[in-house]
This record gives sequence, C-alpha cells and structure tokens, in this order.
Amino acid sequence: MTGTTPILSVRDLQVNFSGRYGELTALDHVSLDIGEGEILGVVGESGAGKSLTGTAVIGLLEAPGHIVGGSILLDGSRIDTLPHHEMGKIRGRKIGAIFQDPLTSLHPLLTVGQQLIETIQTHLPLGRADAVARAIALLADVGIPSPETRINQHPHQFSGGMRQRVVIALALAAQPRLIIADEPTTALDVSIQAQITTLLKRLCREHGTAIMLVTHDMGVIAETADRVAVMYAGRIVEIGPVEEVTRRPRHPYTAGLMASIPSMRARDTTLRQIDGAMPRLNAIPAGCAFNPRCERADDRCKREKPVLAARSHAAACWHPLSGDQS
Amino acid sequence: MIGTNIALTVAKATCHFDVSAPWLTRFLKREPRRILKAVQDVSFTVRRGSTFSIVGESGCGKSTLARMIVKLQSPTGGRLDFTPLEQADGTRVPPRVQMIFQDPYASLNPRWHVGEIIAEPIRELKLIDNEAAIQARVDELLTTVGLSPTDASRYPHAFSGGQRQRISIARALATQADILVCDEPTSALDVSVQAQILNLMRRLQQQFGLTYIFISHNLSVVRHMSDDIAIMYLGRIVETGPADLIFSDPRHPYTRLLLDTIPDVENPNRSRQPMSGEVPSPITPPSGCAFHPRCKAAIAACRSQQPQLEGEVHQTACHVVCAD
Repeated sequence: MTGTTPILSVRDLQVNFSGRYGELTALDHVSLDIGEGEILGVVGESGAGKSLTGTAVIGLLEAPGHIVGGSILLDGSRIDTLPHHEMGKIRGRKIGAIFQDPLTSLHPLLTVGQQLIETIQTHLPLGRADAVARAIALLADVGIPSPETRINQHPHQFSGGMRQRVVIALALAAQPRLIIADEPTTALDVSIQAQITTLLKRLCREHGTAIMLVTHDMGVIAETADRVAVMYAGRIVEIGPVEEVTRRPRHPYTAGLMASIPSMRARDTTLRQIDGAMPRLNAIPAGCAFNPRCERADDRCKREKPVLAARSHAAACWHPLSGDQS
Repeated sequence: MIGTNIALTVAKATCHFDVSAPWLTRFLKREPRRILKAVQDVSFTVRRGSTFSIVGESGCGKSTLARMIVKLQSPTGGRLDFTPLEQADGTRVPPRVQMIFQDPYASLNPRWHVGEIIAEPIRELKLIDNEAAIQARVDELLTTVGLSPTDASRYPHAFSGGQRQRISIARALATQADILVCDEPTSALDVSVQAQILNLMRRLQQQFGLTYIFISHNLSVVRHMSDDIAIMYLGRIVETGPADLIFSDPRHPYTRLLLDTIPDVENPNRSRQPMSGEVPSPITPPSGCAFHPRCKAAIAACRSQQPQLEGEVHQTACHVVCAD
C-alpha cells in the first residue's frame, strides 16, 4: 500500500445486535483499508459478517444492529458519527452500492433513464439535458449497446447481466470514491459473471474508485481483487495480497476453505472438509472462534483471542501455517 | 432389455411449453402461438452406479429435464425409460427414483419433526409396517447421513443449510431409492459445507451403489462428482462424453467458453477477455446452431443447419468441430 491516505479506513469496528438474548457481537474489531483504484475482496461463509461490514460502511445498519465501537473514515474524515441526513448526502455521492439481485435494486415502474437522471440530478448540479447526456454516457461506459434507445426502456426489458450493468451505472452516476459491491455476480451465469467482473476491474482502474467486493466465491476474488480479507464469525482472520492468501494461506480456516473447493485439474476421491459449522452469534467460543474446528488448536487458542498484526499479510492465529504449502 | 448395466435410457426427449397469450388476444392482435422449446431431442444413457451430470446456464433446460426424469413433468415427445431391476426371485421391478432439491429451506415441511419427514416415504410406500421398526430405520438413516438419532424430534428450523440437505438425502434414501436426481444440491451451501455434502454423497454412492443424475452449473463440483457429462445449451445437448475427456479435450466452442470463463482459484486468469453476448430466449432461438451468434468459429452452415451429435464416446454437435 502507498503512504497516502486510504479512501476507506475502518478501525476496530464493533457492531452489536441487542435482542432477547442480550447483546450479540456481530462484528468484532474489524479493521481494513482500501486505497485509490484498489479492489479489496471480503470473503467468508454465510453469517461471517461480510455483508454487515459493507452495510455498516454505507450507514444502512438497521435496528437492532448498532455500532458500539471503532471508527469508519472516508477520505480521512469520520462518517460513522454523522447524523442520518448528512449520511444520506454521502451515500450515492461518495459511496455507491451494488447488490446481489439487480431486479430488486431497480424500480420496476420507472425507465432506466428516469432512475439514472434522478440519481445524477440529486448528487450533481446538472441541468436536464446534461443529465440525459451523462446518463447515456454512463450506460455506454458500462457496455450497454445502443444506450440512446435502451435509456427509455424499463428494467424488465433487460436481461440479468444487462440489469446488473444498469445498477453499476447507477452506482457510478455521481463518480463516487468508493463502491460497495455485495455479491454482484452471484445471481448471474458464469459467462455473464466474467463480463461483470471485467467491467468492475476496468472501471476501478479508469476512475480510480476503491471497491469493496463482498462475495463467498473465492474464484471471483482470486481473479478480481487486489487484496482479500477472510472473515469468520464476525472477525477478520486473515488479510493480505490475494496471491499470497490464496496460494500460501496462514490461517487454518483459510487453508481449509481453499482445500474444500473441488479442483478443476484432477478428480480427487474425497474433498478435504472442515467438520462442523460456523458458530452462531450467541455461541461464539472463547478464545479463537475457530478453535473447536481447528486441528492445530491447543489450550491457548481456547483462552486467548488472537489479534491481527498490522502487516501486509497477517493472520489472527496463535499457530499460523508456515505459509510455504500451497 | 438393452443391457443390465444401464439404469436410464432417454431417447429424443422433448418438452415444449405453450406460452401463448389467450386465444382472443391472439385473434385480435393476429399473433401466432408462442412455444417455448425447453428441451429438444435429448438422448443419453446413464450407467448403473455412475454419476451423470447435466450442465448448462439458466434457461438451458436442465431443470426441465430433471423434472421429466422424476416424472414431475411429462415429455411432449420422445421416451425416458428406466431399466427394471431383477429381484432374487426372478421378478422385475422398476427402480425407485427420488429427487434432492436445491433449496433445503423450501423442500422440508417446517411443521413436521425431522423424524416424521423421514418416516413418511417409508409409511407411504408400506416398506415397513411395524412402527418400532420404522423408528429404528429413521435412526439408522440419520446416522448414515451424519446426524444423530436424537435429531428426529427436532424441527427443520433448528438445523443449518448443510444439515437440512443431509435430512433431504436421508428422506430420499428412506425409500430405498436406486436413482437420485439431484438438482443443484449444493448451490445454496457454503463451500466448506458443500465439501461435506459432496463427500457424503460419494460415500453413499459407494455404500449403496446409487446412480446419481446431477444437475449443476458449477463445473468444479461437476468435475469432482461425475463419470459422464452432458453440456446443454438452449434445450439441446451440445457435447457429451466421459468427464475426463470433456475436461481434458473440450471440443464444442460453448464448452470451451464455459471452461474458460469460470473463475479458477488455482490458476486465476486476471486478464481474461470474456465472451460477449448472452443466452438467447428459448422462445425465439436463433436458426441453425443456437450458439452461432456468440461463436467466433461460426461458418455459413451454422446459421442454417441444426448440427447433430457426432462421435462415438465423446459426442459433439458442431459443424466446425465435426468437419475437422
């Protein structure tokens, strides 16, 4: 990472849910940085807290979830303490969002053009004619053929892949500094998936936008992200350059996750599996949350929580793998 | 009988859906009928005890084909025949076919105990008539799929996605099924849980000699599970053959596209040029070979003539490949 201020800087973020069972910690001391033009992948299984991290950054946490500690900085200034209406101005203007299902992120009764123009005029001081021109340019930029005619069509007239391009155009409308992309390719077919990830990478390079790519698909991360954060039970267990983490994982959980993906090369008789499942929020074990499923766990893992060192490739583990096995 | 090691023979199975507007609207607007050709002239055989995978993107007809195999959907043309099993006393009985669905949250009745869910097919098919023996069988099935007999008294909501999929598998095994049709059984699961379920399915196949018909869009899962593969595009099989051959020597341009575009953790291709275009609508498929608008190798014949599957073991339906 360069010495300049990162676009997004999350420090020791803690999010709790209060409910019948008392206070449950859903995010525990999550820290991450994303620099200009960088794609940070956030990967983990369901319930690991990856989407919640994105939601907290956009400021869309819903009760009973609330931030109880830490800070979120965008371009060096705190955004987690801003009042609701102030955050509303930043959302869309400085932070764009792309969600999993493009059909539910678009208004079914408005044309694509109306939605784009509304977004552009909300955030940028442009007249109607300029806004229309910008909307057409945005559609062209995300690779929609004949944008002049497509702009007057409704979302149902677009295919899944084209709809996701429209959502990306909406996210880009006000030239945000940061885009939170939550499972942007999960609802799409593989051949369309590759088109969307290529588009995200190109836009990230051309506009210098920082992207937080939240997904459960290690393959998408390996091909798209620059760095990756692996989450387990509300904590980041490993963070580092994508090549390092996927080829030489240090945390036993990351290693298990990588080994449980069936290989395209050869047909193994049995897959390596991590037994058990991720703990629920009300039953997170003491010490390292992964210890009941870990082969390397000893007494220390059951007592003390390992911390993530501030290194470029760090793992929160008392007994990390040496990192030379693939 | 064609041969005792064949479990299922599908011959020119076709399924068309009439998606026309009501007749008066059609008459007033002078519109023709609209027919969705979900599955067209699909033929293959499945060997007993093997795993046959059907692969393709959404809308290619793979789920309709699965529904035809379990007779939830009747074909509008062609035949699907199961080879009868020979009993010890010489009589022949048809094999039992069960389905495992994609979404373990929707396929289990939330108001029933797990024990009742698994016992129902046993009672319904009158496999065991003694209540104590049924309970013993349920306990045995739960243990087989890696759950505990005490789980029988709990409700589905108390289980995670992977555990629910184990319950679905136990329910399918309860009928003493010979053939399991699995429609994307792991795509709703996380990778580490997916590995557990795939390992379980492989173990059960060896233990009980099950035949799997596996529907998936995830090629790495298919590679792991399959003996034979059929790749479908817009209702037709474009390439079929042993899994090893298809993965080592893909011939059809669409198979190559699929293998090229899946993100690969081991060997990421970060500077890929993705194939443009999308799957066309099965209501108005392109003429000739349905893949020609997206195919770089397309020749004149591809636009006018429907290619047929050619080859001995490894078959491909492509004018360009078959001409070589």
